[in-house]
Amino acid sequence: MTATVEPEIGKARLRKEDARLITGSTRWTDNLSLPGMLHLAVLRSPFAHAKIVSVDTSAAKTAPGVIAVYTGKDLDPESTIGMPCAWPITPDMKSPRRPVLASDTVNFAGEGLAVVVARTSAEAHDALESIDVEYEDLPVVLGIENALAEDSPLVHEELGTNRNALWVFDSAEAGTGSSVEDAIANAEVTVKRRFRQQRLVPAFMEPRACVVDPTSTQITMWAATQVPHILKTMASLTLGIPEHKLRVIAPDVGGGFGGKIGVLPEEMMCLLVAQKLGKPVKWNESRSETMVAAHHGRDQIQDITITAKRDGTVTGLKVELLADMGAYLGLVGPGVPILGAFMFNSIYKFPAYHFACTNVFTNTTLTDAYRGAGRPEATFGIERIMDELAVELGMEPLELREKNWIKHEEFPFTTVCGLTYDSGNYEAATAKAKELFDYDGLRREQAERRASKDPVQLGIGISTFTEMCGLAPSRVLGSLAYGAGGWEHAQIRMLATGKVEVVTGASAHGQGHETAWSQIVADQLGVAFEDVEVLHGDTQSSHKGLDTYGSRSLVVGGIAVVKAAEKVIAKARVIAAHLLECAEDDLEFKNGNFTVKGTEAAKNIAEIAFAAFMAHDLPDGVEPSLDSDATYDPENFSFPHGTHLCATEVDTETGRVTIRSYVCVDDIGSVVNPIIVEGQVHGGLAQGIAQALYEEAVYDESGTLQSGTFADYLLPSAVDLPHFVTDRTETPATSNPLGVKGVGEAGTIASTPAVVNSVIDAVRQFGVDDIEMPLSPMRVWHAIQHGTTDAGDVATGAGGGLGSIDSAGGAQ
Amino acid sequence: MRITVNVDGTSYSDEVEPRTLLVHHLREKLGKVGTVVGCDTSNCGACTVHLDGQSVKSCSVLAVQADGCEVTTVEGLARDGELHPVQKAFHDNHALQCGFCTPGMIMQSIDLLADNPDPDEKAVREGLEGNLCRCTGYQNIVKAVRDAAHQMRPGAGPEAERLGSHVGGGGE
Repeated sequence: MTATVEPEIGKARLRKEDARLITGSTRWTDNLSLPGMLHLAVLRSPFAHAKIVSVDTSAAKTAPGVIAVYTGKDLDPESTIGMPCAWPITPDMKSPRRPVLASDTVNFAGEGLAVVVARTSAEAHDALESIDVEYEDLPVVLGIENALAEDSPLVHEELGTNRNALWVFDSAEAGTGSSVEDAIANAEVTVKRRFRQQRLVPAFMEPRACVVDPTSTQITMWAATQVPHILKTMASLTLGIPEHKLRVIAPDVGGGFGGKIGVLPEEMMCLLVAQKLGKPVKWNESRSETMVAAHHGRDQIQDITITAKRDGTVTGLKVELLADMGAYLGLVGPGVPILGAFMFNSIYKFPAYHFACTNVFTNTTLTDAYRGAGRPEATFGIERIMDELAVELGMEPLELREKNWIKHEEFPFTTVCGLTYDSGNYEAATAKAKELFDYDGLRREQAERRASKDPVQLGIGISTFTEMCGLAPSRVLGSLAYGAGGWEHAQIRMLATGKVEVVTGASAHGQGHETAWSQIVADQLGVAFEDVEVLHGDTQSSHKGLDTYGSRSLVVGGIAVVKAAEKVIAKARVIAAHLLECAEDDLEFKNGNFTVKGTEAAKNIAEIAFAAFMAHDLPDGVEPSLDSDATYDPENFSFPHGTHLCATEVDTETGRVTIRSYVCVDDIGSVVNPIIVEGQVHGGLAQGIAQALYEEAVYDESGTLQSGTFADYLLPSAVDLPHFVTDRTETPATSNPLGVKGVGEAGTIASTPAVVNSVIDAVRQFGVDDIEMPLSPMRVWHAIQHGTTDAGDVATGAGGGLGSIDSAGGAQ
Repeated sequence: MRITVNVDGTSYSDEVEPRTLLVHHLREKLGKVGTVVGCDTSNCGACTVHLDGQSVKSCSVLAVQADGCEVTTVEGLARDGELHPVQKAFHDNHALQCGFCTPGMIMQSIDLLADNPDPDEKAVREGLEGNLCRCTGYQNIVKAVRDAAHQMRPGAGPEAERLGSHVGGGGE
């Protein structure tokens, strides 16, 4: 008998996953080796926009160890294959064909145009150098506003425009609120700002890789992907491989952060080449390739207008976005900014709201999901403008927020976007954060330093955020024209010996599902944590799933596990009643035991599983199995929230920013495993802080990515980050039986504006009301010297208008 | 040219191309795929191993430079099925998520503790500056290294004695 008495949920279980990861017994895709496996290397364009006049592969074909060389035409002679975009946000959205390998034009620096197949990876890469390509320069389109200019050259001539789509939400039209134009016309106070979300690189630590083995009845594909199930279906639709002839495995995957959500041309290339040659092939990219070829994130210009009464009550919010898609549309790229559409209003009770986003093509690496996807951008916009409004009103920024946020007794609350927030307690999280932070003490110190003209000034930044995650109710995704549902699948297999296999469609890549799902199942079935094995990431064992992104694993996939467990218990109850010779209603199930009420007579779940396996004595018509499936479609998103407070010290003589204190109190509802949650928050904070202070993908005027290595792209190391103080309040979600909310993206979404607000708070006394991210010492120093740096100056001036380059910043 | 390298206690003699990096030799020739490649500019540290007891980024060493040397990788740390205290501390402190940086992070941490058996938070952060992690925000890595230092301190008992057999194990 292995009944658990103490609940597993809430326990700080150490992770099951660690054993193989700390000993190097790992199965990264690049670790795999198959008999006769050949290696691929991709020739990538050094130019951002050029016509391919000719590609001469003859010398490469005779290079040592080379089996074959293929151009785009060789792999797709009819030029009909296009990489999928699953989120056509408007019916008239412009969508260029993204080829597996470019054959007519290259549209960003890093786009592939030929592939060498060789015995070894070194031989394949050597042969790349003997491929001779003649290019003819085309005008390079860089910078969102440049791309939209009347006389701009076009990224894709055939589309006739650089505009991908215009997506609009208006609360007056939707009937969810009043008119923003009326609010602006009648406003007592109006604040307008332009903010910039710089372009970022997801920078998962394991570069992308793919192995395809075409030698069995199902073609098997291993890929460093977040989305094995989506990849399987999309590969089938894209290449016409019958879906039942394809098996996709995501083995150990080294991080994703949205960056591995794509369906890659390189993956399609591997499938095509492996089938052509009838041999297993491997593609593994270098970091330098990842930086230019894997999708980037963010890259928006945000024009925000907020209106309020003199007393601080907000009356309207108008958001106009320009979003850079890069040269093509990623799997969900055009929808990423749209995920922010419902979040700019955040926790505040705006009566009127208008959102419009124009997506634009440029000759850059495409953008798509990166941790938070649309919601960090929205949170940044609203939390920055709330601080600006507070200054305009002469109000304490936290008081302004409190005046306008949804009070805990007002839940469930339907927002101006029409979303219903099920639960929350912003007062409780904020009170706890203020106490941990010593908010009043730091404000006092800040005043003292100002008065004494200390060269190191103190700033305090606030971010009271919420997000919608747990993507998502299928009908909502359908209403947004998203190309899939939002359900998740789970299966529980009760083995003869009482052990349990749990199959989940949520494919983990570092999050700890094996541990958390084991805890859930141990509680549900009353079995030991150690007796549960979680299977995922292989479409042969886990045939059904929609994978891991948007903080959906626990709140959708975890709940599917609960639903499957409920079915196991229901089946077991019938057999238990039979064996115990009682009515089903007389049975009580607790801690893995069916007990006849009021007696000692009992059977545990392992005994029932064995009885089902033996099948010698089952009630008539009962099948000999407890195994159960569930596919769960949530009724609502989950809405985690929290209060993040950041204190920075700004050296006014050098512009250097040092985080003095970072406190966050997140409310993610009930918690399955507190150490996993804390780890997610830490990592999320690191990425959000990195956006505020360090990271930027910078292009030069010819469209070459200048920050194309980890020497140039400033991924923070241990010395660049502070010690975080994290805590929680627990307001259970009412939308699912565990009361859980997502946590994977929370830290990233919340932290960026907290840091920037803090720095601006420190230097506002010098006439500064914005500094573009990342807040490098140069930019901060420049702002202090010259007063306000205009974040709106993106597309003007020498060297400006280059997407993520601006005249004042760039690679500085 | 022919080189002989002792890796994790086994001596390997192989023909290698002069340009072959140690990390590629380990992964492709010797099957030591526990050591991974995360970048191509020596910034990430995922490929860190010990070369004659000192940590090196194995992408920055030619295989021929390791001729006649002893290499310890993350796969050679556990003895008789028992984890090295640093490995155990990474597990105990949730110092890894996806685990891709972990082999290098553990190897560098052991080297750091050999140099400084009782590092404070700042010393750990500075000692790991050449190893990048995208998942953890480093806080639990710092905690793990300091926890390992505590477990390995002089007089920590049989556990600490056992460390004498580890390359770069530190403690004494």
